Amino acid sequence: MNTNMRFPIYLDHNATTPMDPRVLECMLPYFTEHFGNAASRSHPYGWKAEEAVDYAREQIAKLIGADSKEIIFTSGATESDNLGIKGVIEMYTKKGNHIVTAVTEHKAVLDTCRNLEKKGLAKVTYLPVGTDGLIDLNQLENAVTDQTVLVCIMYANNEIGVIQPIQEIAKITHRKGALFMTDATQAVGKVPIHVDEMGIDLLAFTAHKMYGPKGVGALYVRRKNPRVKVTAQIDGGGHERGMRSGTLNVPGIVGFGAAAEICQKEMNEEAKRLKYLRDKLENALLQIEETYLNGHKTQRLPHVSNISFKYVEGEGLIMGIKDLAVSSGSACTSASLEPSYVLKSLGVDDELAHSSIRFGLGRFTTEQEIDYAIEHVKKAVHQLREMSPLWEMFKEGIDLKSVEWVEH
Amino acid sequence: MAYSEKVIDHYKNPRNVGTLDKNSKNVGTGLVGAPECGDVMRLQIEVDQETGIIKEAKFKTFGCGSAIASSSLATEWLKGKTIEQALEIDNMDIVEELSLPPVKIHCSVLAEDAILAAINDYRIKNGLEPIQEKNKQ
Repeated sequence: MNTNMRFPIYLDHNATTPMDPRVLECMLPYFTEHFGNAASRSHPYGWKAEEAVDYAREQIAKLIGADSKEIIFTSGATESDNLGIKGVIEMYTKKGNHIVTAVTEHKAVLDTCRNLEKKGLAKVTYLPVGTDGLIDLNQLENAVTDQTVLVCIMYANNEIGVIQPIQEIAKITHRKGALFMTDATQAVGKVPIHVDEMGIDLLAFTAHKMYGPKGVGALYVRRKNPRVKVTAQIDGGGHERGMRSGTLNVPGIVGFGAAAEICQKEMNEEAKRLKYLRDKLENALLQIEETYLNGHKTQRLPHVSNISFKYVEGEGLIMGIKDLAVSSGSACTSASLEPSYVLKSLGVDDELAHSSIRFGLGRFTTEQEIDYAIEHVKKAVHQLREMSPLWEMFKEGIDLKSVEWVEH
Repeated sequence: MAYSEKVIDHYKNPRNVGTLDKNSKNVGTGLVGAPECGDVMRLQIEVDQETGIIKEAKFKTFGCGSAIASSSLATEWLKGKTIEQALEIDNMDIVEELSLPPVKIHCSVLAEDAILAAINDYRIKNGLEPIQEKNKQ
């Protein structure tokens, strides 16, 4: 076992992942030696770049069971979400202008929808979620009307890792004659995805969440049954079958392709290993008194755990576990005292949302690091509770809900 | 966000964490903030009835590092002061001492509120009127 731990221990793989050294190796020649523009048709520099992009497109398409012609390269998942949603609304205006999405979506989806609403270009229904983070399929069925052109529900949530029932959602969507898009940023390369088997029409994802480079993503756009089109949101040279202009980021795309191939080969083993480590961490931390798991226990990504440590504030806890790089659902700043909207949507009360920590494990996480993390968190929670007036009141049997708090 | 060295020091080695007997006539307790806002401070002072000097101060805080440091610092400053001197502690003094960034100024405000709340609890217990507005001069 690797006995070297690198501090702080990185457990924030839902924010971004380190690049796999094998990916970097594939990319390097494309910065210097093979620097050509993939759109240059008149010389070998361009041909070499185009060949590399074509190869990467195959690698990426294969990972999600798509055809390489269905992959549109973008700058990342945020752009892919924007292109998919705005592009569909613009392309299918004759059919309708209604979008169905969910309250726990990433801001790249929610803010895109709000933008369309504000401009009067779309009407949007935001489905609630249950305490487990899952949408209700009956509510979805009722929300989709003959005006609905797009149902956009994320594959797996970035804060709690909960996986939505994608196949069922796609079935309902198609029965009602709408298109189904999913933001699969957190799921691609982590769990098996097959766009045909699952009935996905558009899928947004990015390289940097799967051990590839930052600044490159893709939008899968179905070509058959049905043939889907999106209106370009960036005008220019008509790259990417006219759906996304701009010179291709060749080294980034090469890295994205290499990352996809590694994920495809290693996903099953990796998921098993990470689930074991995640469960070890989670079970140990949930043994601490008054700790709670956020989100569905099983219908979830294998490498994420979101836990609330009651009576301890998240930001304070993060400072106490400075040897761990994690993130919190608490945002204690004067600009925003609002805790995570995702946790709030699950019905987690504000106090518990402020007490939450997201642990995201990854390819290079070791068991030794997890063991260290367990002890480190336990100790910090204990120390902070000793310092917490809420913990003392809880121990005295005072119901905190009955206290008249002086908000400031 | 990077914390100042003084915040880290107070967070790691908090001064005067603890609990005084809230039923004692000599003890004033201030509990401010709210769990749903992400910070709650409890500050207690024990006043020497003869000299009128704060001889002991304790705190417990649920909150971020800056909130913990602000209350820890407040207890340090309170000890040895008279009530009148304690009322002169301004939140901006805490901001300055701990080099708090603008987004964390509310932590120092909370500490100032906690001092006032503790003093008022003590005053009410001892038959005095609570102080409404702090004299900032």
